[in-house]
Amino acid sequence: MDNVLETKGMFPVFRRSGSETRTTHYCAGCGHGIVHKLLSEAYTELGLQDRTVIVNPIGCAVFGYYYWDVGGVSAGHGQAPSMATAISRLRDKAIVISYQGDGDLAAIGLGHTLQAAARGEHMAVFFVNNSIYGMTGGQMAPTTLIGQKTTTSPLGRNPATDGMPLHLCELVNSLRLPVYVERVSVADTARIMQARKAIRHALEIQRDRKGYTFVEILSPCPTSVGLKPLDAAKFVIEQMEKEYPLGCLRDRSAEAPARPEPKPWVRLADFFGDDGREAPRHEAAEVKERHFKFTGFGGQGILSLGLVVADAARALGLETTWLPSYGPEQRGGDAQCTVVTSTHLIGAPAVEHPELLVVMNQAACGKHLHTVRPGGLALVDATVRVDPAEIPEGVRVVQIPAIDIAAAAGVPKAANVAMLGGLIALEALGIPQHALVEALERSFAKKPALIPLNKQVLQAAIDHCRHHGLAGELP
Amino acid sequence: MTKFVKGNEAVVIGALYAGAEGYFGYPITPASEVAHKAAEYFPATGRVFVQGESEDAVAYMLYGAAAAGCRALTATSGPGFSLMQEAISYMSATDIPTVIVDVMRAGPGLGNVYPEQADYGQVVHGGGHGSYRCIVLAPGSVQEMCDLTMLAFEKAFEYRTPAIVLADGQLGQMMEPLRLPKEEAKPVDTAAWATQGTQETRRNLLTSIYLDAPAQEAMNLHLQEKYRKMDRAFQRAELYRCDDAEAVLLAFGSSARTARSAVDALRAQGVKAGLFRPITLSPFPIDALLPLAGKKLWTVEMSAGQFRDDATLHLAKAGKLAEIGLINRMGGMLIAVTDIVRTVKEAL
Ligand code: SF4
Repeated sequence: MDNVLETKGMFPVFRRSGSETRTTHYCAGCGHGIVHKLLSEAYTELGLQDRTVIVNPIGCAVFGYYYWDVGGVSAGHGQAPSMATAISRLRDKAIVISYQGDGDLAAIGLGHTLQAAARGEHMAVFFVNNSIYGMTGGQMAPTTLIGQKTTTSPLGRNPATDGMPLHLCELVNSLRLPVYVERVSVADTARIMQARKAIRHALEIQRDRKGYTFVEILSPCPTSVGLKPLDAAKFVIEQMEKEYPLGCLRDRSAEAPARPEPKPWVRLADFFGDDGREAPRHEAAEVKERHFKFTGFGGQGILSLGLVVADAARALGLETTWLPSYGPEQRGGDAQCTVVTSTHLIGAPAVEHPELLVVMNQAACGKHLHTVRPGGLALVDATVRVDPAEIPEGVRVVQIPAIDIAAAAGVPKAANVAMLGGLIALEALGIPQHALVEALERSFAKKPALIPLNKQVLQAAIDHCRHHGLAGELP
Repeated sequence: MTKFVKGNEAVVIGALYAGAEGYFGYPITPASEVAHKAAEYFPATGRVFVQGESEDAVAYMLYGAAAAGCRALTATSGPGFSLMQEAISYMSATDIPTVIVDVMRAGPGLGNVYPEQADYGQVVHGGGHGSYRCIVLAPGSVQEMCDLTMLAFEKAFEYRTPAIVLADGQLGQMMEPLRLPKEEAKPVDTAAWATQGTQETRRNLLTSIYLDAPAQEAMNLHLQEKYRKMDRAFQRAELYRCDDAEAVLLAFGSSARTARSAVDALRAQGVKAGLFRPITLSPFPIDALLPLAGKKLWTVEMSAGQFRDDATLHLAKAGKLAEIGLINRMGGMLIAVTDIVRTVKEAL
């Protein structure tokens, strides 16, 4: 084996910076040169050269693009499968190759390797396994053999402290979507012939749009393994092949379905139903900003109540913000949201001192009642005990049995809608009833069957307020 | 047409209108709705959606997408952004355009999911290895979540560099009316540099390794020249009631919304207050800030003062030593308008 390449599909002069030579940067006896040659022969003979993009790894093959006359991209360490994923998804006519060594693919990149294989990405992975980190100076790799000496296992790999070798073909073969998995070797001529077939077959599968292929190539690394070239090849045959038996683990290329052609793009205006018309804008000379806060616990429909109010306001052309509590308390704890409406651009969407507070449980009352601004209104469910001493100066508290009204109508989940009825009766929002009812209907766009029942609850709450003389505008 | 949407959804709409072909996502609160909406809208309109296995994988998917000459994006929050830094450094060094949206949450560490602005340092100063920085845009409304995502794509591809939209949990989670963009961006021709898997692009190579020190230095000088060009041509800021102002609040993102309310409240109480809101955090809009240097200045921010320190430094580099006060909260606590008003009034 020498380190001079003469092959179709490669650059006539290697694109090595400042060098006019056809000598590779690989050590004498290195397997990479052979694999490079087999790969470039394969994509050229299959007529795929123009369509091929090779993602170059970190490791000794980092400079693969010196030689391969195809599209070249450099990956971050272990990330070639991630990059190849995106290229192949977005350029479905490209033949995408991830060429990686064992440190890159099996150590730092193992997760990405398996995830891309599990997703069945359309890419050909060529995994050059030489049992050691080459470029960084002969350190132990996940594929280092038991007892093998490296610069980070000077006494030999000890399973007790260094674990056992990883078998990549077998790992990939445990997944469902890979189409073709084979382990070959380039340690002698007969083996190279088999490797040539495997590499070619992997590219045929890419050409035929069949899916993910994984070819592991056992390869000599005389420099880092610390052997003369011929002995390094012997090491592959006599030791590595014992741990990593050669052979085809899977070939489903005949039965695998071809990747479908991508769907055409949909015009966005059509998708969003944009008719080009602008919503009416609410014109007013004087700035009038209103601050509402809705509180209770998760599951009471607090956020949706605020959303109906916000949606009604914005449909009138008002500037509107809706800010929910989000995160863990959404799941069962306190829930609250704030709504600000204005005739002019709104500053903070968070509300410190609301002019209207809606309270649907006891905890929210204790937490929020004191924040209502003087002259404001708190609409509180009747199940909540309001301590008169806690009502701030100048704040009106109105209690209605929203939870009971909804339960009586057979829709306990609609207590928030009953609260909305209360707000309508009290004219507390400065938003006309029809706008609120329309927003309520829009909120049930996906479950229109529920609209009549909810409107019944809404009316029951309005009637309750009128019956009890609870009406009139916000002070 | 107007839609009433969360800031997180507005990002997806902006990306679609900007011609994004792919979304590569990984869930994290409070940015997850971006991925949810992308998972709905991208495939339904013939585009690509992929959920990656981690934020670092997703960032390299963006690198792969842009290497293929395609517009793609992701959205994340602080911890995820930290994981993306390596890929962002690679992309910067390779002249690769991409768009990442950071919907900031409180940190450091796992922190919580409430809004903070303490990713400022790691986002604005290029938090990965090497001398690079990104375009950083700071939206202040749901509309800008859409519009600045579009602008981020435009500028990323113009300068061939990563562009970050720096938002926060409040902007991501709040809903406001969004006017849909009028038209879809025209596709950009990337054949000159991208590896598209075509004959025309076969000789294109995207790499960031320069073994020789002089070549590596030349590459660094090329980046710095690009950033200088950006600094000259692409600074944006909004000034609100600054003309006659004696006290000026400096704030970006959702803090600028709070500060705007504070300015109105101060004006109502007879204090001549104004707001300086950077829209580009990188390039820093120093040209617009410089004339305000003689006024009383405060930053209003949800961090320990990262933005304040940066503004001070930018002014100092431009020859103005200014003392900038700090009105801040951390940990997901929102800044109260009343606190800003009190601080400013006490100082005047
Ligand atoms: S160190 Fe090993 S793998 Fe690297 S070039 Fe030399 S022989 Fe090849």
